[in-house]
Amino acid sequence: MLASILQNIINALQWGSFYALIALGYTLVYGVLTLINFAHGDVFMVGAYIAFFVATFFLSTLGLPGWLVLALTIPATMILTSLVGVTLERVAYRPLRRKGANRLYVVITALMCGLILEHANLAILGASRKAFPPLIKETVYTVGGVSFTNLKIGVIVTAVLVFLFLQWVVTKTRVGMAMRAISYDKFAVPLMGIPMDNIIVATFVLGSGFAGLAGLLFAMSYPVLEPYMGALIGWKAFIAAVVGGIGDIRGAFLGGFLLGAVEIMVVAFFPSTFRDLIAFTVLLVILTLKPTGLFGVAKTTKI
Amino acid sequence: MRRAATLFLTLSLGLLLALPAVAADTIRIGFNIPLTGDIPKVGESSKFAAEMLKEDINGAGGLEVGGKKYKLEFIYEDNEAKAESAVTAALKLIEKDEVLAIVGPNSSKQAVPAGQVCDDNGVVMISPWSTNPDTTRDRPWVFRAAFLDPFQGPVAVNFAVKTFNAKTAAVLYDLSNDYSKGLAEIFRDVFEKKMGAGSVVAFESHGTKDQDFSAQLTKIIAAKPDFIFVPDNYNQVALIVPQARKLGYKGEFMGSDAWGSAELMTLCGDDCKGLHFSTHYAAAGAKGATKEFIDRYKAKYGYVPDDVAALTWDATRVVLQGIQNAGKLTGKLRRDRKAIREGIAAIKSFDGITGSMKFDEQGDPVKCAVVVQISQTGKFEFKESVCPE
Amino acid sequence: MTMLRRYSVHILLILAGGLITWLAYEEMVSLYVLSVLMFMGINVILSASLNLVNGYMGEFSCGHAGFMCVGAYVSSLLGVWLFAKDKVFGPPVLDPDLAIYAFPVVILAGGIAAALAGLLVAIPSYKTRGDYLAIITIAANYIIISTIENIGAIGGSRGFMGMKRVLNAMEDVVYLPWMVIWVFAFTVFTIWLLRRYVSSTFGKGVSAICQDEVAAEIMSVNTNKIKTISFMVSSGLAGVAGGLFAFVVGYVNPGSFNILKSTEALVMVYLGGMGSLSGSVLSAILFTLLLEALRPLQIIKWIVIPLLLIVLMQFRPEGILGNKELGDVFPWLKRFYRFK
Repeated sequence: MLASILQNIINALQWGSFYALIALGYTLVYGVLTLINFAHGDVFMVGAYIAFFVATFFLSTLGLPGWLVLALTIPATMILTSLVGVTLERVAYRPLRRKGANRLYVVITALMCGLILEHANLAILGASRKAFPPLIKETVYTVGGVSFTNLKIGVIVTAVLVFLFLQWVVTKTRVGMAMRAISYDKFAVPLMGIPMDNIIVATFVLGSGFAGLAGLLFAMSYPVLEPYMGALIGWKAFIAAVVGGIGDIRGAFLGGFLLGAVEIMVVAFFPSTFRDLIAFTVLLVILTLKPTGLFGVAKTTKI
Repeated sequence: MRRAATLFLTLSLGLLLALPAVAADTIRIGFNIPLTGDIPKVGESSKFAAEMLKEDINGAGGLEVGGKKYKLEFIYEDNEAKAESAVTAALKLIEKDEVLAIVGPNSSKQAVPAGQVCDDNGVVMISPWSTNPDTTRDRPWVFRAAFLDPFQGPVAVNFAVKTFNAKTAAVLYDLSNDYSKGLAEIFRDVFEKKMGAGSVVAFESHGTKDQDFSAQLTKIIAAKPDFIFVPDNYNQVALIVPQARKLGYKGEFMGSDAWGSAELMTLCGDDCKGLHFSTHYAAAGAKGATKEFIDRYKAKYGYVPDDVAALTWDATRVVLQGIQNAGKLTGKLRRDRKAIREGIAAIKSFDGITGSMKFDEQGDPVKCAVVVQISQTGKFEFKESVCPE
Repeated sequence: MTMLRRYSVHILLILAGGLITWLAYEEMVSLYVLSVLMFMGINVILSASLNLVNGYMGEFSCGHAGFMCVGAYVSSLLGVWLFAKDKVFGPPVLDPDLAIYAFPVVILAGGIAAALAGLLVAIPSYKTRGDYLAIITIAANYIIISTIENIGAIGGSRGFMGMKRVLNAMEDVVYLPWMVIWVFAFTVFTIWLLRRYVSSTFGKGVSAICQDEVAAEIMSVNTNKIKTISFMVSSGLAGVAGGLFAFVVGYVNPGSFNILKSTEALVMVYLGGMGSLSGSVLSAILFTLLLEALRPLQIIKWIVIPLLLIVLMQFRPEGILGNKELGDVFPWLKRFYRFK
């Protein structure tokens, strides 16, 4: 019994790591622009595909060993994916922002961008799913009936590191300070001589870059790639970000792990057919009790 | 803003009114398949198989009906894997494209409502893949090419009990996929009837797009079953089996026909080698027409055809056979469609590449299932064949 | 002239309804066109009802398909239980000949059930706002679908059917294209109801909440009451759309009402313009037409449509009609009608 509980905790940590990594991207963009970037799940999907192409290129064309490929793929994927994110921002979101459109129209544009990414992938690469090549040798360790692999531990550690890094960026650096300033007051910030567009681009670089990293790790853990893989996990990561209190790095991180844990634990202790039912009821109750999420701050409204 | 709105309106209206051209001496068959949506691969396989068949027949001058050769024209409509879209696609094929018969939709979510439309309008529809009994029940115009779950379930049970010496089983299935759920429930009932109540030690489910199954598998492994029955699509199998191995499970798996895709092995790798599943046909060691089909498909599209491709091939050929049985085509749509229905209903026995079949009064085929084992080289090798009594 | 102006919309609607019915009765238009028209009507109901919450009230509800699902299931279960022989319910409870009278009641019952399901969202909305409420609506959508998937008696994920027999029973009594008539009638009813609702004194409170909830509360607007009723009206109408959908398609399945369906409704609302009823109608019509017209493009369709919408958003960042009605955009139209 204890072994199975421990096993489920590890499962929950690994699954939650992915929610957390994607939710961090949501929350960064939201924190700065109050924009729900619904294309983020699909940026994550694109990241997984980029990782796939980069890794296969290094593996088969150059014939490098697995660990080196991984070491090269991580930065390459992150850079290329952040380019995708920045392109979306430049082409679709920025013109709308300039025109002062209601933010929900930007949200719909983001949804549309997601659809384009999915179907462009489907049209270009065909419907066949891609198998991600194994980059490192996965070893199964079993300690007292609890099984885990080096990859699972790697994923969890990465999620924690990314969180610490982003927390540091947002709270300790000048860019982070500017980000917080923009989210605090959009109109005063340009007057203070802060280049707003650059800061927004930096936000998208960070968010999409880590979505790319999440895509790579996801592809290594669940090596079946398909164009729609980002849609559902994207929605759920958005839910995680909001439950944590959207706009807050700690909130997204905790929300991701919370959602992962709820999903896994419901399956572990209830009939698994009730997973969505119970998991979402729990979230509903949390939000009813804490209407602005776990870390959200109630906004004061001026009258 | 006015200009934009007006332009938009006229543009879309104009597009809607664009009518297809009508050509003589052709036989037009519609395909109602999911090219986008949840399962684009299924649509692609169907389309490729149909294209191949069309080229064959048109290359030979056309289909001979009543001493005259007709060229085939296939129209592919995307149903986006949605019920309402399948209905409009079917109606469009029937009314606007004036097809003689429709092949597809593939999954039951679309096949059940589209079947209703075709039955109401008196157009033959044959679903290659749908397993929901409602698709053909009390619908004289609707047929299918796949066997039903009540037949496949016992095949899996008997095979597992005999080969694995299994006393207990666990099931992991897709809750929102009616195929998977139906088969899982039939399997559970049959297994418990045979091995006693409680012999299915775990009965776990997941959602359609899930990628992580660790919690379900942890629960299953803790229940220590002799084998795990996984009636899931191959892409999920490719995630489930390796994840189970990483959680320390070393036992057997048993699968269903949805495993039978060439992609299974590219996606799943070494972990799936040696496993068994029941299916429509065994690709490795196939003989005659089946082998020829597999080889040509592989040469043309670069991968071994999955069961949808083979079933679409058979379903389309059943339709063509029905047309030939009709004797001659008059060019009058309603009369020809009726003649085709009679023609298909009159098929005594059909030798398809997925085995020989004949249709019962509901339009369901009576055909054999095979159990295949995945070999060490990743081929699906014939293990045994089970036919209905 | 004033008389004409006063009744022009009524006359036009009666003429249009009569014309469609007559064309369908005489089989002058193909079933394909009719089915597209019916889905268009259902989409109009969906987008207009969602506009009440997302446009007029300024919330961000993204689980509209969940309520549609409740309506679809309740209507079809009720219809089949009462008027058709079925393997789940056995023989019909009432005489199938009565179906013709009871059909609108069946659809409305679905709407009422969906309105009650709307409480699932309405009650948390007292305290929760904005994107947090959006999550609650998504959660509601998942909860509804998951519940239905778990009820094996009505088919679970296998879905439920038999609605066609109810329609047949209706056609046996009087042969008319009943579904066309009812979809048209309910579409008009929806627009009329919403129009009356938002232009009533009570409905002004909805816009007040959108502008500033706290200020509205202080100005003695009972925000909780307005929110509850608006959410219930919106989800109830979605339920009506679901009921009609179930009878048009003849088969319901929880998978048809997932989050993607909800996003379609969202797209229609924002394409038309927040807080513009005629915008919602127009965008639902355009969206349905576009989906059908671009069918030949197959996979490319789903690249072209989002691209078109993105481009449209760039030129019209407030949707087709913004927050104005058709009459405000084309003032000369106002000479011809009055519509309240």
